[in-house]
Amino acid sequence: MTHLQDQRPEYTSADEPGPDALAGNDDSEALCEQVARAQAERATLRIVGGDTKAFYGRQVDAAQSLSTTGHHGIVHYDPVELVATVRAGTRLRDLERVLADNGQRLAFEPPHFGDNATVGGMVAAGLSGPRRPWVGAVRDFVLGVRVITAEGKLLRFGGEVMKNVAGYDLSRLMVGAQGTLGVLTEISFKVLPLPQARACLRFELPLAEALDRLTAWGREPLPITGAAHDGQTLHLRLEGGEGSVTATRQRLGGEAEEPLFWEQLREQRLPFFADALETSATLWRLSLPALARMPALEGDWLVDWAGAQRWLKGSEGRGVEGDPQADAHIHEAAIAVGGHATRFTPDASGASPFTPLAPVLAKYHRQLKNRLDPQSIFNPGRLYAEW
Amino acid sequence: MELLYDERIDGDIADVDKSALMAAILAVAPQLTVLDREEDLRPFECDGLSAYRVVPMLVAMPTTLAEVEALVRVCYEHHVPVVTRGAGTGLSGGALPLEKGVLLVMSRFNKILSVDADARIARVQPGVRNLAISEAAAPFGLYYAPDPSSQIACSIGGNVAENAGGVHCLKYGLTVHNVLSVEIVTIEGERMTLGGESLDTPGYDLLALFMGSEGMLGVITEVTVRLLPKPEVAKVLMACFDDVELAARAVGDIIAAGCIPGGLEMMDNLAIRAAEDFVHAGYPVEAQAILLCELDGVEVDVQADCERVRELLNAAGATKIQLARDDAERQLFWAGRKAAFPAVGRMSPDYYCIDGTIPRRELPRVLKGINELSAHYGLRVANVFHAGDGNLHPLILFDANQPGELETTEAFGGKILELCVEAGGTITGEHGVGREKLNQMCTQFADDEITLFHAVKSAFDERRLLNPGKNIPTLARCAEFGAMHVHHGELPHPELPRF
Repeated sequence: MTHLQDQRPEYTSADEPGPDALAGNDDSEALCEQVARAQAERATLRIVGGDTKAFYGRQVDAAQSLSTTGHHGIVHYDPVELVATVRAGTRLRDLERVLADNGQRLAFEPPHFGDNATVGGMVAAGLSGPRRPWVGAVRDFVLGVRVITAEGKLLRFGGEVMKNVAGYDLSRLMVGAQGTLGVLTEISFKVLPLPQARACLRFELPLAEALDRLTAWGREPLPITGAAHDGQTLHLRLEGGEGSVTATRQRLGGEAEEPLFWEQLREQRLPFFADALETSATLWRLSLPALARMPALEGDWLVDWAGAQRWLKGSEGRGVEGDPQADAHIHEAAIAVGGHATRFTPDASGASPFTPLAPVLAKYHRQLKNRLDPQSIFNPGRLYAEW
Repeated sequence: MELLYDERIDGDIADVDKSALMAAILAVAPQLTVLDREEDLRPFECDGLSAYRVVPMLVAMPTTLAEVEALVRVCYEHHVPVVTRGAGTGLSGGALPLEKGVLLVMSRFNKILSVDADARIARVQPGVRNLAISEAAAPFGLYYAPDPSSQIACSIGGNVAENAGGVHCLKYGLTVHNVLSVEIVTIEGERMTLGGESLDTPGYDLLALFMGSEGMLGVITEVTVRLLPKPEVAKVLMACFDDVELAARAVGDIIAAGCIPGGLEMMDNLAIRAAEDFVHAGYPVEAQAILLCELDGVEVDVQADCERVRELLNAAGATKIQLARDDAERQLFWAGRKAAFPAVGRMSPDYYCIDGTIPRRELPRVLKGINELSAHYGLRVANVFHAGDGNLHPLILFDANQPGELETTEAFGGKILELCVEAGGTITGEHGVGREKLNQMCTQFADDEITLFHAVKSAFDERRLLNPGKNIPTLARCAEFGAMHVHHGELPHPELPRF
């Protein structure tokens, strides 16, 4: 068992964010000007941070790119308030490091997918890590944003307080919108203290049995914050008070394993993911009700989120060309069990990797995009080809 | 009253013949209960904010989805506004009717459709009471976490519309964190599902957008909530302070130590005395402030946390710290807090509840500001806070029968909210803007931000028929409100520190 609150992470000097990284630079005026010019010239913009998640969505064919990386720094961080306000171009690792130095963290454990991942890109992508089912997603920890509108105006929604129901919740709407509704320039997060204790365990169990156990454990107040099955082994993470972690570990059994597993899972560096890359196999993410039966799809599975997020490594060698018909088959299979699927491997077909929206939903998505970005200058076609 | 619907600044509403509209509704929904007589409409003239009252043109009480769809289609066609109402416990006039509008009362949608213990979810109709969900989940050792003080009466549909909070938000979140999906009927009568039983859905997070949207974007017809396993044990510490500011600082100390209590509440002397007199919770009536700190979880952790918090409270200057001996005493400690509003109501003919939220570090300064405003306006204030999340509920004591006192109270309340905004906070933490805080929205948001809110609204309700005149003020209203300020010249109490 690891005692986390007493443990400060160790860094090499290469990891040190320079003083600039923290004091930062306010580039919002230039960003607003570029947006206003683009709007006037009807030029489209590809919004880029560290460009680590370009694969996640349709490729944007835009006249210009708009880089947020010059707009960086931690604007305000008060550990007592559990709030950090950060400029969008700040590197995610720099933020996480500052939080860790203060015994806190982003509880939703976002994947980086590269050293240069920025905070803005992380929020725009809206991806959460292995802890998501137990503590919540990115959007659950976003308290407020500053965002540049299509007219080039810098507006503020939400704030730095835990509870805020004034006006519509545009802050959370921006999470996962991939920049299609505006340019995020600043985000306020709720942050949480590191737990007192952690234990990482492994159990050699077939998947079905592992899922049954997780269902039963889920009905009890156990300090589980990670549950993944790689085909042979159930990996379980416990985090919480020392007493409960110790007691739960004793009760559940299993063998101890290195915490590194969870970082590799989050960053897709486990052999399962590395193989997909090497063999050009297509990687799919299926987001399903945790108890949904396994869809009858060919390939290898890695099950995370206690069953609610399942990775499918499809037939080898067809990742690059793309096969819209095969894609449709996977989307339908996910819908059939109450969820949706996202192709994580980009392809040349231009088809959206995301499951098509129901017609009424699609209509309101179009109308919302149209009202907030009437000339469609922001990341056009990033989520779906039509807008 | 100045805040009632004003077509001049909130927009026109079509004149429609009442009986023709009623006939059109009944033609497509013959079984639908539609009330049209003055004596039947009267009970619906207000919600929990009873200072504002308007008798609606018609009240519709559907029991089926088809009736809801038919009703909104007729209203859409005739350009008649629709105000949706749940249990009517809201505190900001969000369900205040319109005299030219239909009040859509969802209270007959009151069935718990399913409780799935393995999946830890409950599917319920919007009229189901908040507490009824936890009661239905209790046999499985599960519960629904958000617990607004009105939980015995308020309904889940209203909770979603307001993004309701409660005393356990700091640790367990608001409604937005505990709802998986909602079924919506749009103003055009279409059905759509936002969210789902998976943990995310493709496209925009419209589920989050609809949370707290005060019935302005669609009608909620079903809600799926997440259930949590009941904590093994919960303990409450009550700490007394002879100085409100010391209590406020202690709140920060607890959180800075890495402890997230299940609930962390604060009451000042007037609130303590009111609650003690009403509930006999065992509160020390001489204390200037008390903190109630609930620690929940697994027995061993809670024991350790209690010790840690006790030391912190001692160091922070608590004069007395008392651990509830058993669950009965714990319930009693909470009963005093949850009954604080009605308890204060017994001390004064009327009271007016404010809902500002501020960064915790500003608590001492804002409290001081409220006291100074209280002296200036000559009205007493009892303070009850969700201290852990910086959510203040100052209760202004007044007598509506004294000429001008309601107006003074409203002005006082408005000033408190402006103080919260200046301190980096917000005008409403959990009660919503409704009709009540429209003017303060102009303080919190710039015109461009309000314009963007209207853009969002128009994407879902181009004709502005869903709950018009709530939540988002028109720019005309903000201009009027700003002009009023200029007209009166100076701030009412220029020597007050403004922050």
